[in-house]
Amino acid sequence: MIDALAGVLVIPAIAAVLLAALPGYQMTARLNVLATFLTLITALSLYVVEPTSGPYLLVDDLNKVFIVLTTFVGFTTSVFSASYIGHEIEIGRLTPKFVRFYHAMYQVLMFAMNLALVANNIGLMWVAIETATLTTVLMVGIYRTHEALEAAWKYFILGSVGIALALFGTILVYMAARPVIGEGADAMIWSILITRAAQFDPALLNVAFIFLLLGYGTKVGLAPLHAWLPDAHAEGPTPISAVLSGLLLNVALYALLRFKMLLALNPAAIAPGPLMVIMGLISCVFAAFMLYRRRDIKRMFAYSSIEHMGIIVFAFGMGGALANFAGLLHMTMHSLTKSAIFFAVGHIAQVKGTQKIADMGGLTVTNPVLGWGLVLGVVAIAGLPPLGIFMSEFLVVSSTFAREPWLAIILVLGILVALGGLFLRLNAIAFGAPRGPTAKAQASYVPMFAHLALVFMAGIYLPAPLVKGFENVARLLG
Amino acid sequence: MLRGNLSFDVAHLLAGSLVLVSFMQLYQDRLYALLNVYALHALVLAASVGWQAFVQDAPHLYVTAVIALVFKAIIIPTALHRIIVRLGIHREIETVVGVGPTMLLGMGLVALSMVVMLRVTAEADPLAREDLAFALAVVLLGLLMMVTRRNAVSQVVGFMSLENGLVLAATGAKGMPLVVEISVAFSVLIAFIVIGIFLFRIRERFDTVDIQALDRFRGERQ
Repeated sequence: MIDALAGVLVIPAIAAVLLAALPGYQMTARLNVLATFLTLITALSLYVVEPTSGPYLLVDDLNKVFIVLTTFVGFTTSVFSASYIGHEIEIGRLTPKFVRFYHAMYQVLMFAMNLALVANNIGLMWVAIETATLTTVLMVGIYRTHEALEAAWKYFILGSVGIALALFGTILVYMAARPVIGEGADAMIWSILITRAAQFDPALLNVAFIFLLLGYGTKVGLAPLHAWLPDAHAEGPTPISAVLSGLLLNVALYALLRFKMLLALNPAAIAPGPLMVIMGLISCVFAAFMLYRRRDIKRMFAYSSIEHMGIIVFAFGMGGALANFAGLLHMTMHSLTKSAIFFAVGHIAQVKGTQKIADMGGLTVTNPVLGWGLVLGVVAIAGLPPLGIFMSEFLVVSSTFAREPWLAIILVLGILVALGGLFLRLNAIAFGAPRGPTAKAQASYVPMFAHLALVFMAGIYLPAPLVKGFENVARLLG
Repeated sequence: MLRGNLSFDVAHLLAGSLVLVSFMQLYQDRLYALLNVYALHALVLAASVGWQAFVQDAPHLYVTAVIALVFKAIIIPTALHRIIVRLGIHREIETVVGVGPTMLLGMGLVALSMVVMLRVTAEADPLAREDLAFALAVVLLGLLMMVTRRNAVSQVVGFMSLENGLVLAATGAKGMPLVVEISVAFSVLIAFIVIGIFLFRIRERFDTVDIQALDRFRGERQ
């Protein structure tokens, strides 16, 4: 009997094979939706019956949150993707052959992300993140234009370097664990590592964490290492931008958090917190200023993702029950909001036939549903009350004020600068005189408004079981 | 005792040679020669991994050695040779920084990796720590090569020699499970396929594999 843990891996794997084999766009798009839906149901069942963890697969409170978030956004994105890809085929930007490839890759990506989240072996986790990187590289380059190829190449090179550094860090963790746990596979199993982490050689662990932070940090999109991120978001198909921002960045962050937990248990090792706080702050402030000179709408929201990943990494770096809770909430809210924004942006770019902000205008008049959807999304992402991101940013800032007021001031500066940048551009896109083509969009609005409704709800009322679940995870993170 | 010393010395020699070959890659200014040196790099790696398999009595490492020998030292360089001939780019490589400064930088990086790794692994067994220091040096030299070259093919070679450094580190860590070695080899394979596709496409679109030509198409400059 296959348990739910294996289920979230087996379903996407089977779907990938089927989608690679089956022709025709209509049916395969539906099959894609069905597969992600089944994965979501399986993931939700983790909360009902918890399978036992083995040497390869692990389930605990931490990764359950990540798995459910990943499969949920994966499902809604596949719904959006069906209408998006339909339009791309109509205008001939994608051929049926590429669509088949795209759908298969989408499922491989889901498989790889789920594997990274459930892997108990740190080597296996690395392999999964590498696979996820390679699949997204292939998808970013799918349009075969100059820009898409350059973006994919840049992403491939920087992503591989990051991944290589992460592997070096993983090897060092094994070296640190070997004298304590003994040779062989046991010294790479996370649930064993965590019980003995206090006895590891602290110096080796320190160096290992630096490599892991740089390596996985590249994948999270932290500031000095973020160069691949805006290009990859701007040039790939929009569903992939949504998945990249909403999910893949989180998966890399998850890997980083696992190693942070190891280090935190070793009293002689450096505290991982301050390093993450510094990188988080730099990312947040840097990306906020970069928002001002953007001319491409998808690029702009890619920089906004860097800003928010900075805030999340900052919150986890601060640590403690409240900051961890805030970080977790912010991560969830950001995933939901940012993917909703990309759903809107995808259809907007299709209506206007361009991604340049200068060629868009007056969307709320010409395409009211899309326009107001985007406005709502940007209001949410900028952190205005009463939406969910306001709530989580407020928690991050207030918990920081109590401990390190100066850091909180820098953080608030970043958030406010970003708010200004976003609204400046939003004004040009959504209001004023209409510019560019004004055709009606053939869009599915359901995923976008479902996400925004969830974010709105979270801003007003968080259900008690959710709060309790997040509190458990926050305690686990230390 | 004699065996212990001998095994240490040979491993040391081979790992040191790998760093040396990495340096040789840095100053190759022709693609053809660069690929030959890369083949040598992979050959030294294969010997080093094979020796580790022998002294650690770990038969599964022979698999890694054979992969390094057949795949990295023979198949990839041959394929890349054919590609560059087909593309007609076996001419000079532009380096962003001159050879002199590059070599100096490389020496700095090797010194850095020695200082970092030898200091933090003071209690580990000597073979493992020196192996690790050499491996880090190879990784950093691979990175240096990737940033000082403009040509897509030589960037790929830089990336592959970086991966060789990782394999050296993984085999030096005694008893590291097979999962990782296979994954490393496998990722190289995938990477190569991806790169192959990319080079093909880049050629199709630009008639050049010079990365600078790609830079012109950067998203926001139009």
